[in-house]
Amino acid sequence: MSAMTTDTTTDSGAMKTLTTLFRNNIREYGMLIALIAVMVFFQWQTGGILFRPVNITNLVLQNSYVITMALGMLLIIVSGWIDLSVGSVVAVVGALAGVLIVRYDVNWVLTLVICLLVGAAIGAFQGFWVAYVKIPAFIVTLAGMLIFRGLTIALLAGESVGPFPVGFQKISSGFIPDFFNFPGFHLTTILIGIVLSIVLIFLDLRARRNQQKYGFEVTPFYFFVAKNILITGAVMGLCYLMASYKGLPNVLVLLFVLITGFAFITSQSVVGRRIYAMGGNEKAAKLSGVNTSRLLFYTFVNMGVLAALAGIIVAARLNSSTPNAGDGMELDVIAACFIGGASASGGIGTVIGALVGAFLIGVLNNGMSILGVGIDWQKVVKGLVLLAAVFFDVYNKNKSA
Amino acid sequence: MSDVILEMRNITKTFPGVKALDNVTFSVKQGEIHALVGENGAGKSTLMKVLSGVYPYGSYEGEIYFEGKECRFQDIHHSEELGLVIIHQELALIPFLSITENMFLGNEQATNGVIDWNEAISKTKELLDRVGLHESPNTLITNMGVGKQQLVEIAKALAKKVKLLILDEPTASLNDNDSEKLLELLLQFKSHGISSILISHKLGEVKKVADSITILRDGATIETLDARKENISENRIIRGMVGRDITHRFPPRESKIGEVIFEVRDWNAYHPLHADRKVSNNVNINVRKGEVVGIAGLMGAGRTELAMSIFGRSYGIRISGTAYRYGKEVDISTIDKAISNGIAYATEDRKAYGLVLIQEIKSNITLANLEEISDGGVINEPKELTVTREYRDKLNIKCSSIRQLALNLSGGNQQKVVLSKWLFANPDILILDEPTRGIDVGAKYEIYTIINRLASEGKGIIFISSELPEILGICDRIYVMRDGKIVGEMPASEASQEIVMNHIMLEEEVVEP
Repeated sequence: MSAMTTDTTTDSGAMKTLTTLFRNNIREYGMLIALIAVMVFFQWQTGGILFRPVNITNLVLQNSYVITMALGMLLIIVSGWIDLSVGSVVAVVGALAGVLIVRYDVNWVLTLVICLLVGAAIGAFQGFWVAYVKIPAFIVTLAGMLIFRGLTIALLAGESVGPFPVGFQKISSGFIPDFFNFPGFHLTTILIGIVLSIVLIFLDLRARRNQQKYGFEVTPFYFFVAKNILITGAVMGLCYLMASYKGLPNVLVLLFVLITGFAFITSQSVVGRRIYAMGGNEKAAKLSGVNTSRLLFYTFVNMGVLAALAGIIVAARLNSSTPNAGDGMELDVIAACFIGGASASGGIGTVIGALVGAFLIGVLNNGMSILGVGIDWQKVVKGLVLLAAVFFDVYNKNKSA
Repeated sequence: MSDVILEMRNITKTFPGVKALDNVTFSVKQGEIHALVGENGAGKSTLMKVLSGVYPYGSYEGEIYFEGKECRFQDIHHSEELGLVIIHQELALIPFLSITENMFLGNEQATNGVIDWNEAISKTKELLDRVGLHESPNTLITNMGVGKQQLVEIAKALAKKVKLLILDEPTASLNDNDSEKLLELLLQFKSHGISSILISHKLGEVKKVADSITILRDGATIETLDARKENISENRIIRGMVGRDITHRFPPRESKIGEVIFEVRDWNAYHPLHADRKVSNNVNINVRKGEVVGIAGLMGAGRTELAMSIFGRSYGIRISGTAYRYGKEVDISTIDKAISNGIAYATEDRKAYGLVLIQEIKSNITLANLEEISDGGVINEPKELTVTREYRDKLNIKCSSIRQLALNLSGGNQQKVVLSKWLFANPDILILDEPTRGIDVGAKYEIYTIINRLASEGKGIIFISSELPEILGICDRIYVMRDGKIVGEMPASEASQEIVMNHIMLEEEVVEP
């Protein structure tokens, strides 16, 4: 990300660059290290089950909706607000999909489009109250949480609705097609991995050239090489694991697109910059010509669409719409953002952080389930992890102040 | 000397880079009303904060004697215990609590943590009688006018067994009738032996009630006048406040003034909360190419309100009036439109309204003109770094890196970041609101130099300041504002501190040139 560009005027010397890099990103590296430690711990405790291809696939599927929503939630939290309603939005959109497809026999692709539009409308409804009427989001979305849960139960008449046509199910449970039919091995996945690695290296190289063109000092070349080897290794390793099961899940491809898109928006786009400015100091942003009300409104619309998408994924995965789908999910999503270093007072937070946070929660859920830890203690552990992560933040801030 | 209740000796207080008080000596006699006057920034409020313990012992030099004993106040409770109560300009009452609840806040009439409301209410009634306020003790503060709130503050001081009452601009937001009542009350207290320190800009009322007048200027005591012995005219006080010497604190400039580039006519705006209070009253101002136009006035005269109501209606309601740029009427009804019509407003409160403190310098500089450094909504970061470094060098922003957080800069450098932001937006008209507030002399000089350079590049600059020497030092033309109205306009060549101060202070209308 952008932290790679260093300032020529003061930072010179490779070692110094690396130290600064680490110091400036201690939060993210800290959480990444924590995530790796937790993964290694469960890999050891579960006797190697955690990293089995089938479990990795499961892990991705189980967490896909949390990650999807964490991307939208991150923008809301960076804006300085919160959205408590996403769990209920997941339910109501899933219910709508169920009713349309199963009861009214609507084509599932059309249903998909309708569901996303309804999500946008829900986001617009809540965004209107927050951004234009200036009712605190906590209250608006608490109301939304009740309203949409109630509508879900009304739509489904308190019962589960299912099953769905195969095409719809495949959104969640399908894998990308294989064009080679190599027995026991999904060659397309490996090819995608290779192409992706090449594209990533190419993009990084181009960014480096661009920096040099403007006369900026860049990170040392060996660091650049090491970084790319690491990233390529991770991409190829994941692809290899996936290839030896059934290939890349559709959901993973969708997630990859979303994560890349949102990482780009937050770090490189004008809109992203404005959201961070609004969260950091709304008055200053407004006086600098940022239309803060409109921006906040669309941030909620975006959240609504992503929550709807998550609702579809959940319904497709369970192959039914149930009245208590997504119950309590908002808490996992919000926790992921805060574990990932987002600030409750706004203006601070990254997509990568939220992603690491979501995976940390996901691995904890998955690992503890494999070990047979009850849902009771799982909640206790997740609560403590959230508290510890934010404590780490506060501690670091006080130390540097 | 036994009749001296308070003596402050050789008080010196420094803030980083600024000496706010320089060896100030100040004493108040038992049972007198002592007025403390001086321009904004002369050090009156700082002196009172030292006195009341807001700045604790050790953070200043010098000694304070109260009733003959040396005091080393650690905080405001400490000074209040001895009967030294300060009433601030911004009232410190909690709006949604009743008079009684406010009256004993922090001093509750309680045994073992249980409040005795009967006791509290009957005491409140008694205190309200003493200040002549006939309200039920259960009235909520929010339902009372400012004048009555002021009286509640004073009653609250009485509840603390006050011996020396300090009032910081008590009548600034009161109408004549309420002001009159409040002054009567001070005289009444005086007859009961309570001394008061009255900080006020209204020289008429100072003349009326004060027994002594101490004048502060640039953080130093200039003189103490005995108002009981001689009749002191308002002009005599003003002369003391502004002094005679203007040193070479301003870079020289040759004005090359062209056509009118910006003008507002019949500009009216109302207070957003008090819907019947006009904050801008039929204002007509203009600025020409290459001209620096000053707006002088006291705090609360409506200068910031005027500037912000012009800048995309960012303050006030029911705004009316027309704006012209190069003689053509323009729509500046939103901040976005104001910026695209070449107007920039650099706020007086850079921390709250000017900067995103938790962001890097470069993000702050480019915030108002992100289009310039982006293609199709994508930020070109190397380009952003290049242009922000240009501004860092041009305005001499002292920082370890352009990626340093705005939070960690000194006041002067923060101000330069705010200026950079607006220069990068490339306006024709720059409204600078108190651009040198709270920054040291060296940085002030740099800001003046930047303003001169902008004027010579042909921009029109509206310069709002509470410091008269500064306005006289760098402006070509000066407007004087009072109570939301423009009450005077003059070329700087014909202005002097006395003339401007007369416009600001004197209630009677001055003949305009």
